[in-house]
Amino acid sequence: MTTTPAIEIVGLTKSYGDHAVLTGVDLSVPAGTIFALLGSNGAGKTTAVKILSTLLRADGGTAAVHGHDVATEPEKVRASISLTGQFAAVDEILTGRENLVLVAQLRRLDGPGAIADSLLERFGLTEPGGQRVGTYSGGMRRRLDIAMSLIGNPPVLFLDEPTTGLDPQSRIEVWKTVQELAGRGTTVLLTTQYLDEAEHLADRIAVLHQGRIIADGTLAELKQLLPPAKVEYVEKQPSLEDIFLAIVGHDDAAHQGAQQ
Amino acid sequence: MTTYVFHDTDVLLKRSLRHILRSPDTIITTAITPIAMLLLFVYVFGGAIDVGGASYVNYLLPGILLITVASGIAYTAFRLFTDVSGGIFERFQSMPITRSAFLWGHVLTSVVANLTSLVLVVLVALAMGFRTGAGVLAWLAVIGIMLLFTLALTWLAVIPGLTAKTVDGVSGFSYPLIFLPFVSSAFVPTESMPGPVQWFAEHQPVTSIVNTIRSLFEQQPVGSDGWVALAWCVGLLIVAYALAMRTYRSKLA
Repeated sequence: MTTTPAIEIVGLTKSYGDHAVLTGVDLSVPAGTIFALLGSNGAGKTTAVKILSTLLRADGGTAAVHGHDVATEPEKVRASISLTGQFAAVDEILTGRENLVLVAQLRRLDGPGAIADSLLERFGLTEPGGQRVGTYSGGMRRRLDIAMSLIGNPPVLFLDEPTTGLDPQSRIEVWKTVQELAGRGTTVLLTTQYLDEAEHLADRIAVLHQGRIIADGTLAELKQLLPPAKVEYVEKQPSLEDIFLAIVGHDDAAHQGAQQ
Repeated sequence: MTTYVFHDTDVLLKRSLRHILRSPDTIITTAITPIAMLLLFVYVFGGAIDVGGASYVNYLLPGILLITVASGIAYTAFRLFTDVSGGIFERFQSMPITRSAFLWGHVLTSVVANLTSLVLVVLVALAMGFRTGAGVLAWLAVIGIMLLFTLALTWLAVIPGLTAKTVDGVSGFSYPLIFLPFVSSAFVPTESMPGPVQWFAEHQPVTSIVNTIRSLFEQQPVGSDGWVALAWCVGLLIVAYALAMRTYRSKLA
């Protein structure tokens, strides 16, 4: 892995008026990895993602995505990325299939209809594909949202809090999708405030706090930052999530999703 | 890039036209207020308004057409606001497409929607006895000036569409535009108004535009009103376009 990093950020700063959001962010994301940017609300995760996806201009520092500078070559950056924002970026009045066709047309791809149909199948949305997105559940919307982001196979994918507001089953479906993508070589930068999500998905994790990266590494490296674990005997109780998934039969649901 | 402007605008135009086809009520609501005013003023107040012997529906229609556009662009702002406040605006802006195509898609949709509403209003006026001997050229001139007026107000509507924080803020901006025709020659001759009001009425854009369209319908010479109306429309269009584009760019900084 001596290739250029998929995302390279040096000394990035951004303020809104007097309010400094990013105060010098340095970050390097190797190609083909899942990278989690952790932080509490207001830590600047979304601002960072917006700068990387050319929606905002930084005040200082540099950022490059897929080898292109976001400030000087924004068109090339936009050709290499897809953004799945905090709110599902779908058109509620159009059907699921029309949403996919729309993005394929805007990316000027051949056969937008066929692209849409194959993505509907892959994301278990073939059946509701002809219905308006306004009637979809939160999980279906998010799946469609991610499906729209995959059109044109961009090498770098930004997922800004992809599972916020989703029920546990939908969350697991999104996780599976993300892992599958990384398996195909896509670089995924995801922001999240759920620690277990980062732990479960990410190859590397960075913690953004008060506008800076205060920790950056693999999970094992981050664990070394803490004093060695003390051995304690604790009776293993199932978590509420385990119980919830067991009683609603999550395996069935996930199975059906995959088969549809 | 420039070769793709048309392709991208075309795709986005078809998208928002589909929105209108799926909620045709936006066209009906746009047309219903002006039609109600037409009915109210022709059949209730009209008898007491002296417009010098002309048929009142003929006198009133040009002003009603302007009100139609003023109420129609509220939906333009609303559609824009919906895209911006949801996530789809950011999706489009982070895609490799021509950035201005997003605005042009909405602007052209607004033109199509407003022209449709205008046709509805004219049809109702015809049923109420509106008659004109205007020839093809005069009609083309009327369509041309309505098109310019629609474009100018549409670009104006882009600004609240991009900046509004709430739905109320979006729709609120069009009310003054709807009421501007009341203080003009649209409903009553300006000579009947007291001094300062008359001065305002005669120097605001609606009066010259209304007078121009009225003269065209009545096959009278348009005179200087035509140039004043054209200057207002083009001037408003240029200012609104510049402000809207500046707002758009600052949104992405």
